[in-house]
Amino acid sequence: MIEGAKWRRWVYFYIPLSGFVFWLLFPFYWMLVTSIRPDRELYRPWMAPNYTPFWTAHPTLVHVMDLLTETLFTRWMLNTLFIAIVSTVISLFCGVFAGYALSRLKFPFAGSLGAGIFITYLVPQTLLFIPLADIIRNFHLGDTPWALILTYPTFLIPFCTWLLMGYFKAIPRELEECARIDGATRWKAMLYIIIPIAVPGIMSAGIFAFTLSWNEFIYALVFLSSAEQKTVSVGVTSELVRGDVFYWGQLMAGALLGSIPVAFIYSFFVEHYVAGLTGSVKG
Amino acid sequence: MARVLIRNLNKMYDDFHAVKDVNLEIRDKEFLVLVGPSGCGKTTTLRMVAGLETITSGQVLIGDTVVNDLAPMDRDIAMVFQNYALYPHMSVYDNMAFGLKMRKVERAEIRKRVQDAADILGIRDYLARKPRQLSGGQRQRVALGRAIVRHPQVFLFDEPLSNLDAKLRVQMRVELKIFFNFLKTTEIYFTHDQVEAMTLGDRVVVMRGGLVQQVGEPLELYNAPVNRFVAGFIGSPAMNFAPVRVSNGKDGLRADNPGFGIDVPAEIRPRLQPYAGRDVIMGIRPEDLQLANGSYPPGLCFDAMVEVVEKLGPEILLDLQVGEQTMVAAVEPNVRAKRGDKLRFALRPERLHFFDTGSEAAI
Repeated sequence: MIEGAKWRRWVYFYIPLSGFVFWLLFPFYWMLVTSIRPDRELYRPWMAPNYTPFWTAHPTLVHVMDLLTETLFTRWMLNTLFIAIVSTVISLFCGVFAGYALSRLKFPFAGSLGAGIFITYLVPQTLLFIPLADIIRNFHLGDTPWALILTYPTFLIPFCTWLLMGYFKAIPRELEECARIDGATRWKAMLYIIIPIAVPGIMSAGIFAFTLSWNEFIYALVFLSSAEQKTVSVGVTSELVRGDVFYWGQLMAGALLGSIPVAFIYSFFVEHYVAGLTGSVKG
Repeated sequence: MARVLIRNLNKMYDDFHAVKDVNLEIRDKEFLVLVGPSGCGKTTTLRMVAGLETITSGQVLIGDTVVNDLAPMDRDIAMVFQNYALYPHMSVYDNMAFGLKMRKVERAEIRKRVQDAADILGIRDYLARKPRQLSGGQRQRVALGRAIVRHPQVFLFDEPLSNLDAKLRVQMRVELKIFFNFLKTTEIYFTHDQVEAMTLGDRVVVMRGGLVQQVGEPLELYNAPVNRFVAGFIGSPAMNFAPVRVSNGKDGLRADNPGFGIDVPAEIRPRLQPYAGRDVIMGIRPEDLQLANGSYPPGLCFDAMVEVVEKLGPEILLDLQVGEQTMVAAVEPNVRAKRGDKLRFALRPERLHFFDTGSEAAI
């Protein structure tokens, strides 16, 4: 907190903070206004005398209803949810064990392996999707959710592993040693001591992984082709832009509704998530 | 039977020889303290006994079993860690019950043992709390409780008091002493604090650089250190050391330093005779330097100038300048001395120590 006179607090705290809040929330406001704006306002030229870009006098839910009834939006939501949850679970599972092993077990090349995993994370998806497409085709997984469930972990596992490795390292080694003297095997010490303590870290890794797979675009675009299989990010952009016709109301309604689950998860777990990132474990 | 035997124990970390041929016997129901400066190999020794570190060569026996290849959980030991290592996500009760749960002890039995231990340690009211809600001393007790509920054969303590503040440390030291008398099992206690070692141990092992320097009862180490390191390490304030040259004088053997010279007392003469004409190190504890009065033989007296006066209450420490040598003397609290005073001191002849200049071994 900023100490001192009131004006200092305004200058150094409230005004910059309001700026950030405005900057971050404006796109959502824009999406909201656009999605409830009737078509006749949407396509009104900007020099029209009754042009009101920042609000609307005639809010309507027609775009939202169209989106939910006329398009496959609900299907896309369910697809995305399924893919995001399953790939997050797979990645967390692998990430917890890999992170634990890399941070705790002594084995040859542990350090270089850790660095290697990090480097895989740095390889851009735009480079990987071509060879991955080949693999997906060979396994006949194209246009199924499994195409994404199995490819998302390629960047989610390195990410989770790396994040959890750091978290496990912050847990005092003595806790585990004490458990092992107390009568736990290494496996049980991990299960009963290390993992429960690492819950904030695991949660933030999970939230991140879920968000990354929810927002993922390029793999979803390349590996899925039929409309029923699409995820929200691809479905909205490919099905609601037809040629040069932009269904702005539905697009924005889709974008807004599509961002709700992620926003919900963040607000629900924000405390764990912060604890996970600042990573303070005391013995 | 819970004797612990350490035979020719060695630990190598790549090129670093951390523990060198340690041989120790910890008798049944004995309280043995390993003491030494940090990096002396005591923690590594402890971790090898506990099974947390692999043994490069040698053997560790608990009872009659060689435990080299046993997992920590199978060695029937308990360990109290320096930072307590309480499980932060568990209540005090669960912390203490964890070891028993892991060993599939019955629920009712666990309950009884935990509550008994909690009664002994006076932490019954805190059983439902989490470790972070406890003070340092309480955490310490929980860590002890967690160790005793299992009734292990051997207790290991890794600097359990060093995280406490000075006052609490003294208090816990007394509590530990009472507690250990009550416990009556084999205990190995590791510390870098020689006061803890002296006050707690039945026997004390002094280590340095991975080597055992001396094993003995506390006063044995204090009165008859085998080398200069042990002499300087045990005792506070530390022993004074001064190089002296041994020579044959007209009244027998002399030991001379530029600042002072003394007649070597008759009982030490035979041991020091071979060193005639050579330099040795003389050691004298601060409390064995007394203000000289007429009754002291002049051959054991010397003059010194007071540099600093430290009034501790029960005694006064005087930092002295003796020629080019600085020494500390612990004198009675009623002595009136101030900086710059010239005083005459006498050495207590039976408390003189001499060490070889090269090997630093006691002569």
